[in-house]
Amino acid sequence: MQASTTTDHAADIDKHVRVYILVFVTLMVLTVVTVAISRLHLPVATAVTIALVVAGIKGSLVAGYFMHLISEKKVIYAVLLVTVAFFVALLALPVLTVHDGFWIR
Amino acid sequence: MDIPYTVEIRRDTGLNNGKIGIWLFLASEVMLFGALFASYILIRTGAPSWPRGDTILNVPLATLNTMVLISSSVTMVMAWASLKRHRFGTFRIYMGATILLGFAFLVVKYFEYSHKFEIGLFPSTNNFLAIYFTLTGLHMLHVMGGMAVNAYFWGPGAKLWKTNPEWFTNRVEHSGLFWHFVDLVWIFLFPTLYLL
Repeated sequence: MQASTTTDHAADIDKHVRVYILVFVTLMVLTVVTVAISRLHLPVATAVTIALVVAGIKGSLVAGYFMHLISEKKVIYAVLLVTVAFFVALLALPVLTVHDGFWIR
Repeated sequence: MDIPYTVEIRRDTGLNNGKIGIWLFLASEVMLFGALFASYILIRTGAPSWPRGDTILNVPLATLNTMVLISSSVTMVMAWASLKRHRFGTFRIYMGATILLGFAFLVVKYFEYSHKFEIGLFPSTNNFLAIYFTLTGLHMLHVMGGMAVNAYFWGPGAKLWKTNPEWFTNRVEHSGLFWHFVDLVWIFLFPTLYLL
């Protein structure tokens, strides 16, 4: 059997730690940016788009670096791909219903 | 009989069983919160009018809580990194900080909730508050669950470090994945409920 990934070299971990701190600072800055943008009282559609884009960037940083998705095994990506497909379908259903979607009556 | 593949890597998945298990669980959690987000979209788009979150909710407190949760994600990942460096004492400090930050989040949420109740705002008041209390309440339960698991690994569960440090490190990584997921959910809840 293969050895576990816990035998990672200490130098690699030190490099990871520097990345974690950089991501932490970026997340804090983006949080302030999110609140600052909301103070501009932009039209709803613009505000929703910007807020979700910033939240998407923050979420990607957490998932990519803190959850190590940036260097995960294929089987995890496969699980997440299926999850994302169902998640998008779940969110799309009410939107299509509201806009009187041609295939949902 | 020992539990198989707690440390060893399975040939078919390339992972230990705990890792694939926690990711499957998180996939189910995505669908749970996804259903509630879909409900939010449906209720909001179907409503004749919808209040801006910052006219009802306390944005400074929620911003503080966002920063608290992000900080707790960093301390959590640092706790795991400490174990990888074989520094158990440092792990205890970071894990303790993660638990305390989780507690700080709950205290802030307590003040937010109690203020709403004092001024007569309940889940039954309107649809906005119904979805606000449902989403944040469910999220809060997840924070409590994560804190309970983290407290176990900080306390009695840490005995495993002496007998099987690699397994213990993997367990902390898996509880960390859950904790980061809880942070991830809040990152989307914050602008959705408080700022839009």
